[in-house]
Amino acid sequence: MPVTTSHEEPELIQLLTPEGEFKEHPDYPLDISAEEMRGLYRDLALVRRLDTEAVALQRQGELGLWASLLGQEAAQVGSGRALRPNDMAFPSYREHGVAWCRGVAPKDLLALFRGVTNGGWNPDDHGFHLYTIVIGTQALHATGYAMGIQRDGALGEDGSAVIVYFGDGATSQGDTNEAFVYAAVNNAPVVFFCQNNQWAISEPLERQSRVPLYRRAEGFGFPGVRVDGNDVLACLAVTRAALHNAREGQGPSLIEAFTYRMGAHTTSDDPTRYRMSAELEEWKAKDPLLRLHTFLTRNGLADEAFFAAVEEEAGRLGERIRTECRALPDPAPLDIFHEVYAEPHHHIDRQRAEFADYLASFEGADAEGGR
Amino acid sequence: MTTKLTIGKAINEGLRRAMEDDPKVLVMGEDVGRLGGVFRVTDGLHKDFGADRVIDTPLAESGIIGTAIGLALRGYRPVCEIQFDGFFFPATNQTFTQLAKMHQRSGGRLRLPVVLRIPYGGGIGAVEHHSESPEAYFAHTAGLRVVTVANPEDAYWMVQQAIACDDPVVFFEPKRRYWDKADVDTTRSLTSAAPMGAARIARPGQDVTLVAYGPMVKTALQAAEADTDHSVEVIDLRSLSPIDYDTVCSSVRRTGRLVVAHEAPVSSGLGAEIAARVTEECFYHLEAPVVRVGGFDTPYPPSRLEEHYLPDLDRVLDGVDRTFAF
Ligand SMILES: Cc1ncc(C[n+]2csc(CCOP(=O)(O)OP(=O)(O)O)c2C)c(N)n1
Ligand SMILES: [Mg+2]
Repeated sequence: MPVTTSHEEPELIQLLTPEGEFKEHPDYPLDISAEEMRGLYRDLALVRRLDTEAVALQRQGELGLWASLLGQEAAQVGSGRALRPNDMAFPSYREHGVAWCRGVAPKDLLALFRGVTNGGWNPDDHGFHLYTIVIGTQALHATGYAMGIQRDGALGEDGSAVIVYFGDGATSQGDTNEAFVYAAVNNAPVVFFCQNNQWAISEPLERQSRVPLYRRAEGFGFPGVRVDGNDVLACLAVTRAALHNAREGQGPSLIEAFTYRMGAHTTSDDPTRYRMSAELEEWKAKDPLLRLHTFLTRNGLADEAFFAAVEEEAGRLGERIRTECRALPDPAPLDIFHEVYAEPHHHIDRQRAEFADYLASFEGADAEGGR
Repeated sequence: MTTKLTIGKAINEGLRRAMEDDPKVLVMGEDVGRLGGVFRVTDGLHKDFGADRVIDTPLAESGIIGTAIGLALRGYRPVCEIQFDGFFFPATNQTFTQLAKMHQRSGGRLRLPVVLRIPYGGGIGAVEHHSESPEAYFAHTAGLRVVTVANPEDAYWMVQQAIACDDPVVFFEPKRRYWDKADVDTTRSLTSAAPMGAARIARPGQDVTLVAYGPMVKTALQAAEADTDHSVEVIDLRSLSPIDYDTVCSSVRRTGRLVVAHEAPVSSGLGAEIAARVTEECFYHLEAPVVRVGGFDTPYPPSRLEEHYLPDLDRVLDGVDRTFAF
């Protein structure tokens, strides 16, 4: 059975080669200072440390689960730094790098994976919605939010745009495709940012699509591009352009960030059951940090002292994350009943009171139960 | 001859046997192929039966059930795995408006022998959407049979019965009990196994009937063991739609008391239905109102709170005590 109908090689937008060579792209000129570039490197390094710490904390039993972003740092930091404060981002569950760019505290991310909350932060404080685990649902939320921006007349240079993150697997989901339709017919200011990390748990991309994912956009009636997802500069430039177009009233677009999930799907997963380690080796050569490091060094944009300082900062971040994670308080049993409804709800109140009585009945006999 | 199997492995063996017995049986779902499913319930099937019969589907649950309907119309018997309880919902439309009704709509001409396997329930320390008990939605829907298992023996036989059944069957798997082990006699014939629709007295007793199903059966048995004041009869319901009221009511007529325990929220849950029916059928035998023990009417909480949400031995015994306080 043929698995592809495509004859041309898809174009991959790239500004920084895996070897750390900078190439201009006619459609994506990048206006960026040396300091901003160093800032991107710092983001990449700190986000990677956050991730490494979280995996370790899970191994130590401090987290129930962690979905590692290893290998996807550039796609997330590049797109995350393209956002402006009044833009809104809708993540899936792996966007720790975007969360970082939006100022979400690492401990608030950990809280979700530790199992002390199902939320973790105030989306309005950060322009960063809650994580969404049910695949594809957030694409419609983002589209609706963008339709709200249109109705508020909040477009234009000082206006807002929306970005929504999802994976290659998510492109199969009905909700994602409905979002494409809704965004298209409404000309909604939303950027669909698909991190194609080649795998949906154990299923390779061929199980989801016969065409390169960015080409799906054309059928829905908006532009789609494929960017090197391990190239932070290209991700920044391409996302900036897409957000700009959205803000300027030119409607939705799809960015396929071509990248690789270097780690397991989550800490519960064992990728040796379904993929070859040679693939991993191949992608290691395309590491997103390495190429920026090479570029900055070779062009005299950063020196050893800078990299040492970032390393040191990463060490401090790691320590802070470990301490803060362990200090996260467990919620109280009666919190189960909190905020189920926005308006008073007598049935929940009654059930809560009954459970409080039940817990109190253990007091003395069993201190734990009355906690 | 008996073999020691976990519940997960027993379902795996049951699927294997069904696939060997009938070439029309297909397994389909997300990651059911090479990975063998996230709980490894389909482990080895892809290798032995090939990608045509063990299908790694695109990531779309509506697609899984929708195409399973089409395959069934073409004479296949698809066994669909929904990865976790909370991820069934994208398939709600196909299941409730199509799968459940097509047989009747066709004047009985069309058969829809589709099985939905759904790992359900809490207790594994998971993140949101991985711990829910949505069985009431299915039991509320005409046209679907709903069953669940509590031990390896039932897991092995009932999955085969579900596949052999000409109606759509929703097969709930108690995920926190997947690793529970027991002897299973796999040499018997399918027809000699206990019927899928029958409840089972898991532990005989005289003073009170305790009805449970799926993951709660073990908790109920532990509670019965721990209760030194009363002789507790535990019924493992097995079939949630239809419910075997003959077994339940004849027990209640003997004991005069009934407690129903499940993980799902109490309100409008299976316990409510059972309480109403038993009250209608056994009113003069009841010594006390039927008591329900279950999850709260809240979303399933984050995992650090789940021990408080899930009805444990103490909550079940508290329910038993309440029927005697009357
Ligand atoms: C509706 C739904 N079905 C199934 C799952 C289980 N699940 C979690 S992640 C995942 C794979 C997602 O792959 P992809 O969209 O490529 O994102 P990635 O994990 O690679 O970032 C699946 C099947 C889910 N979370 N939601
Ligand atoms: Mg993926």
